[in-house]
Amino acid sequence: MRHIRIGTGAGYSGDRIEPAVELAEKGDIHYLVFECLGERTVALAQQARMKDPDGGFDPLLEDRFRAVLPICAAKGIKLVTNMGAANPLAAARKTAEIARSLGLKLKVAAVIGDDVFDACKDGDLPFMEIDGTMQQLGNRVLSANAYLGAEPIAQALREGADVVITGRASDPALFLAPMIHAFGWAMDDWNLLGQGTVAGHLLECAGQITGGYFADPGVKDVPGLARLGFPIGEVGEDGSLVITKVEGSGGRVTAATCKEQLLYEVHDPRRYIQPDVIADFSHVAIEEIGPDRVRVSGGRGTARPETLKVSVGYLDGFIGEGQISYAGPGAVARGRLALDIVRERLQLTGAEASETRFDLIGIDSLHGPGLSAGGAEPYEVRLRVTGRTETLREAVRIGNEVETLYTNGPAGGGGATKSAREVVAVASVLLPRERATPRVQFVEET
Amino acid sequence: MKLRDIAHSRTGDKGNISNISVIAFDEKLYPLLCSQLTAARVKALFAGIVEGCVVRYELPNIAALNFVMDQALGGGVTRSLALDAHGKSLSSALLDLEIEGGFGDTDAAP
Repeated sequence: MRHIRIGTGAGYSGDRIEPAVELAEKGDIHYLVFECLGERTVALAQQARMKDPDGGFDPLLEDRFRAVLPICAAKGIKLVTNMGAANPLAAARKTAEIARSLGLKLKVAAVIGDDVFDACKDGDLPFMEIDGTMQQLGNRVLSANAYLGAEPIAQALREGADVVITGRASDPALFLAPMIHAFGWAMDDWNLLGQGTVAGHLLECAGQITGGYFADPGVKDVPGLARLGFPIGEVGEDGSLVITKVEGSGGRVTAATCKEQLLYEVHDPRRYIQPDVIADFSHVAIEEIGPDRVRVSGGRGTARPETLKVSVGYLDGFIGEGQISYAGPGAVARGRLALDIVRERLQLTGAEASETRFDLIGIDSLHGPGLSAGGAEPYEVRLRVTGRTETLREAVRIGNEVETLYTNGPAGGGGATKSAREVVAVASVLLPRERATPRVQFVEET
Repeated sequence: MKLRDIAHSRTGDKGNISNISVIAFDEKLYPLLCSQLTAARVKALFAGIVEGCVVRYELPNIAALNFVMDQALGGGVTRSLALDAHGKSLSSALLDLEIEGGFGDTDAAP
C-alpha cells in the first residue's frame, strides 16, 4: 500500500522556524505544510494590502522559505501553505523570486478566489455570531474570505506545483489536498475524506500534538519543549494514519496528546464541518503502537455542506489599556485602591467607554472574582484596566488614567504601561458554495 | 479527589465559543466523568464567565467529554477585553473541580 509522510512546518503565523528545517532534513517527508493564518489575520493583511498592492501576505514568508526551500528542492518535498493571506498571488511571486535568488527552479502556484467580498455584499448575508448583516456594517467591513477546500490545492499539485500558496482555506484542507492528490481519492468518498480530515485536524497546530500546550509538571511531563519536534502524519491510501515526529527531537507523541488535539476547537464531534466533508470523530480510535507513534483510525464523514463559511473582518472601535504593578506587604490592597481610583477617575473625567474591565493580574484577571476567591495572597500584583471606546482619543484616556497612578495613586506603583489600538474583529456568514470560484494561477517562470 | 487527578483537559476557541475537552487518564473512569461532570455543573462553575448555554458531547471512543460553552469569550477572541482572550486558561479551573468517589462508584469498576 502506498504511503505519504506529511510534516507540519508551522501551526500559527509566528511559530518557530527550526522545527520545519528539522522536518525537511530528517523527517523523510513528502509534503511540508505551513498553517499560518489565524481567524482575523486575513483582515489585517487586507489592510496591509490596501497600503501596498504587493503586500498583504505573511511577513515571515521569506524567513521560512529561505530556511527550508533549498532542502525541500533537493529532496523533492512539496510545500503547501496559507501564507498568502490577503494576497496569495503576490506571495507566490515573492516565493518564486526567493527561489531564483537561491538558484532553485521551483514551480509556484497560488490558489485565488477565496476573496468573496463582492459576492457577500450583494447577498447581504446575516452574521452567525452577532446581530445584523454585512450591509449594515457598511464601510466598516474590511474583508470577506471563504474557507476554501482541498480541491484547488490538489489541482495545483496535480499540475506540477512544488509550492502551493493559498489565502483563506480550511486548515485541515491544506493537509487533505496532498492525500487527495497522492492517492486519487474521490471528492465524494465521504469516509476517506472524513478520516483525512481527522489527520489534517490533528496535524494543523504543529507542536500542539507533540507535547506543546500540554505539559503540566508532575502530572503530564514533556521533555525538551525548547526543541519541540513538529509532527509527521504517515498516511496510507486507505486513510490509515500514524502520528509521529523526528527521532531525537523534543516533546512526545502519545495517545493523550492526540486525544487533546482531536477535540481542540471542536464543537459537535459528530459534525466537524469542513468545505469538503462533514467529518465524524465519534468512532475515532487512538492507540500507541510504539515510542512517539500513535495510530489514529475510524474517522468517518458525510456529504459536504452546500455553503462555505466566510470570515468577515470589520472595524470594531478601539481598546485602550493600562497596567501598573505593586509589590510587598499590602500589595493587593494597594492594587484594589488603585483600581477604585481609576474607576472613579474615568467617571469624573467623562471617559466614554461602552465596556470596561478592572483586573488584578495575580489575583482575578483570568477567571474573575468568583473562581479566584480564597487563593493565597501573592507577593506582587499587576493592575490592568481595559475599555472599549468608539474613538482612539477615548481609548488613550484609559491608559493615561492608569499611568497617572504613578504620582496620584497608592504607594510604590511601578512599571506602568499603556496602549490603545483599533480593533479588527471577525464574524462569519455562510455563502452558497457556487458563489465562490477558486482558481489556480502559476507564477510565470523567468 | 480533584478532576485533575483522573483527567486531562484542553481549551479551544472559535469566535465567542469556548470548548473544553475532559479526557480520562484511565478509560475505566469514563463513567465517573459522565456521572459527575454534568453540563449544569460546568455552567455553574463558569457562571461569572460564560453567558450562554453549555452543551456536553460524549465520546466513549476516547473516554472523553467535550463541553461547548456559548458566549464565553467576552464577545470573541478578536474583540475581547480579557487578558486571556482565547480562554486558554479555562481548562485549569475545570480541573480543580472536586470529584466524589472513585472506581467503586462506577459500573465499569474493576
